[in-house]
Amino acid sequence: MKTSKIIMIVAALLPLILFFLPMWTIQLSAPQYPDPLEMRIFITKIDGDLQSINLMNHYVGMKMIPETIPEFEFFPWIVGGMILLGVVIGLIGNRFLFLIWFWVSAILGCFGMYDFYKWEYDYGTSLNPKAAIKFMDEAGKLITYQPPLIGTQTILNFQATSLPAIGAYVLFLGMVLSIVAYWVGRYEAGHKFPPL
Amino acid sequence: MKKTIFSITAVAISTTMLISCGGAKKGGDSGGALSGKNAEKVYVAPGEYDEFYAFISGGFSGQLSVYGLPSGRLFKVIPVFSQDAEKAYGYNEETKPMLNTSYGFIPWDDAHHPDLSQTKGVIDGRWCFINGNNTPRIARIDLKTFETTEIIEIPNCAGNHSSSYVTDNTEYVIAGTRFSVPVPQKDMPISEYKGNFKGMLSFLKVDQETGEMDLSFQIMMPGFDYDKAHPGRGKSHGWFFFTTYNSEEAASLLEVNASQNDKDFIAAVNWKKAEEYIKEGKFKTMPAKYAHNIYDEGTQMATSTMEKDVKVLDPAECPGLVYFLPTPKSPHGCDVDPTGEYIVGSGKLSANVTAHSFTKMLDAIKNEKFSGEAYGIPIINFEDVLGGTVVQPGLGPLHTEFDNNGYGYTTFFISSEVVKWKVGTWEVVDRKPTYYSPGHLMIPGGNSQKPWGKYLLAMNKITKDRYLPTGPELCQSAQLYDITGEKMELLSDFPTIGEPHYAAGCPAELIQPNQQKIYKLEDNKHPYAAKSEKESRVERNGKDVHIYLTTIRSHFAPDNIEGVKVGDKVYFHVTNLEQDYDVPHGFAMIGANNSELLIMPGQTETLVWEPKQVGVWPFYCTDFCSALHQEMQGYIRVSPAGSSTALSWSLDGE
Ligand SMILES: [Cu+2]
Repeated sequence: MKTSKIIMIVAALLPLILFFLPMWTIQLSAPQYPDPLEMRIFITKIDGDLQSINLMNHYVGMKMIPETIPEFEFFPWIVGGMILLGVVIGLIGNRFLFLIWFWVSAILGCFGMYDFYKWEYDYGTSLNPKAAIKFMDEAGKLITYQPPLIGTQTILNFQATSLPAIGAYVLFLGMVLSIVAYWVGRYEAGHKFPPL
Repeated sequence: MKKTIFSITAVAISTTMLISCGGAKKGGDSGGALSGKNAEKVYVAPGEYDEFYAFISGGFSGQLSVYGLPSGRLFKVIPVFSQDAEKAYGYNEETKPMLNTSYGFIPWDDAHHPDLSQTKGVIDGRWCFINGNNTPRIARIDLKTFETTEIIEIPNCAGNHSSSYVTDNTEYVIAGTRFSVPVPQKDMPISEYKGNFKGMLSFLKVDQETGEMDLSFQIMMPGFDYDKAHPGRGKSHGWFFFTTYNSEEAASLLEVNASQNDKDFIAAVNWKKAEEYIKEGKFKTMPAKYAHNIYDEGTQMATSTMEKDVKVLDPAECPGLVYFLPTPKSPHGCDVDPTGEYIVGSGKLSANVTAHSFTKMLDAIKNEKFSGEAYGIPIINFEDVLGGTVVQPGLGPLHTEFDNNGYGYTTFFISSEVVKWKVGTWEVVDRKPTYYSPGHLMIPGGNSQKPWGKYLLAMNKITKDRYLPTGPELCQSAQLYDITGEKMELLSDFPTIGEPHYAAGCPAELIQPNQQKIYKLEDNKHPYAAKSEKESRVERNGKDVHIYLTTIRSHFAPDNIEGVKVGDKVYFHVTNLEQDYDVPHGFAMIGANNSELLIMPGQTETLVWEPKQVGVWPFYCTDFCSALHQEMQGYIRVSPAGSSTALSWSLDGE
């Protein structure tokens, strides 16, 4: 089998890891939480110190972190579909299809990030009007508790750190490999590697 | 950023420390530059940990206290033999059975000698055992949770003083009676004590998996007083040694009548031999009523079982089981050095410290170098067992512990000092005063095969001028010495609870990694647990009302309860739904005739309340749990007996 095909099939199979390992983590640390509270986001569930986070957050009127969300219903199918598609494309061996797989993955990834952002926005801004504690900003508006999409941000007494987890890195690696497969395919077809 | 917060906190706390230190200085400081240097040795900076845990008995408080060394900071008081309203121990329905005895519920005892479990002669940090002296009992504390998880009563005994010490692999915990009594108990003239009263030595087998104790057998000894004890170590493993006094068998004015004999005895008991005799069936089964109380972590409840009999060995009928080693004079402490060769008896009325040699003892037994017998027990010739004598090191020797460099350290009650001497040469190397009148002393691991010879803790009986006075009753004092050098150095003293008798210590790293942080809700098998707010409810069963109450920051569910009547017996079964480290909730009910509850995350505890007055009565959380702790409250409506108010409950009107 051609090297490009093998690389593409490997690239397509890598996202399988998302069924076992988290995609993203949000950590909340504060002086009284020397062991930070952690939320781990999978494509099928959220786990971590959810009860403790909910308990902290209800004072300011944040919603409970739901046990399940609609995304858990279709994310696994999308990822599964992409894996299947990638393997089929790999078997066909058409390097242009490799590129298409890359682009579809990238678009879906962006969609995923956007969905995550919207979810965070809703979680951090639509607060219970009956909340026990209401913190205002300097302009006298209710402050929001939206965690950062990526990076670290101070929210009241907490340091919220949101970072991709192993699943996301592996997913990214798969996408890079599909590009590699494309270039290797080009080479195999008689093109020279372009200068990098 | 996290680091910044930490350092800000650290600065804030250390500032507070400086201020409070400055305040304390006014009380008078005697040490000058020297004590300044020593202060550094006991200073544990904010956020840092002490190197050792010290488990110090609470004496007549009936409890066990946990201190950090070298700082001397008090971490916790573990309730063992006494009710503790702070933690509801002995007040809630779950732990009341822990204090059950053959005499009924006894909410107090006199806690004396803690000892830590060992494996191969080294402290292993699994359990702490401690004896109740007055109503003879032995308790086991689980060092995963620092909770008392078992108490077993010792029958046929009185004054459980030569207790509770463990063998090299925690095969046995022992309990020896201080007072001899008629066995079995009966109505008889006290003047007929001699020859009729008996002293019982009890051996409790420890299950290596669960730690559960079982009273395996007892040895019925002559009617002396059995004062202190120590297991053999290493080469003397398999033996147990008990000091005796009152070999005169006096029953009145013992201070004179029990001080007549020039020598009393150390009783050497071959427990391996005892096991053989038990196996051979050479025991007598005696009826005996004693309570065995076990706290089950799954159901979170204690049960008390009344046992019915005990196997008893008579040394007169069991050759080779017990020998007497003559020891001057009314010996108190009985201590075995880490190698197991020397058995040190401190004659509290003698000026000398006497050390018997285990090797010589075996040789004397083999060659029958006996000077006589007492009640069928051979007495070994004093000269043939004597290993050495520390000659006139001080007045009133009591207890000895050992370091890892071949030195013994003995407390002298009358001359108020600790004396360091060399095992084998018996020469005195150093002596340091204590303030004042020390009883026991402790070196972490100092009664095991592997002492951590860094610190020595002396426990004093008198404090007089050491602290600001606290009324006629002054606090007791422990004093910490650095023993890493040739000469001992007094580092600090700190107050203790009750009258500390003995302490056991070990490195914190043995215990800390096994600490249980919460109780998992899914493992909660308490029959009255409500594991979610959905399960909270109120049920009536005749005059008994069972309230399944849950707590979480910052409310109870339900928080409004109606339909309770005067004359009811109300059971609050409170489950703490938290699963976060260090978030207990409390529960207190106005007019309850007992205490609060203090419920750890994932635990259920039950408080009984018998409403006596009509009205609407509040309950609240007693442990400041969150920003809205003050809002954590609820009401119970109490209607007149016979009223028709329906049972109802709600949270937020729902
Ligand atoms: Cu509370």
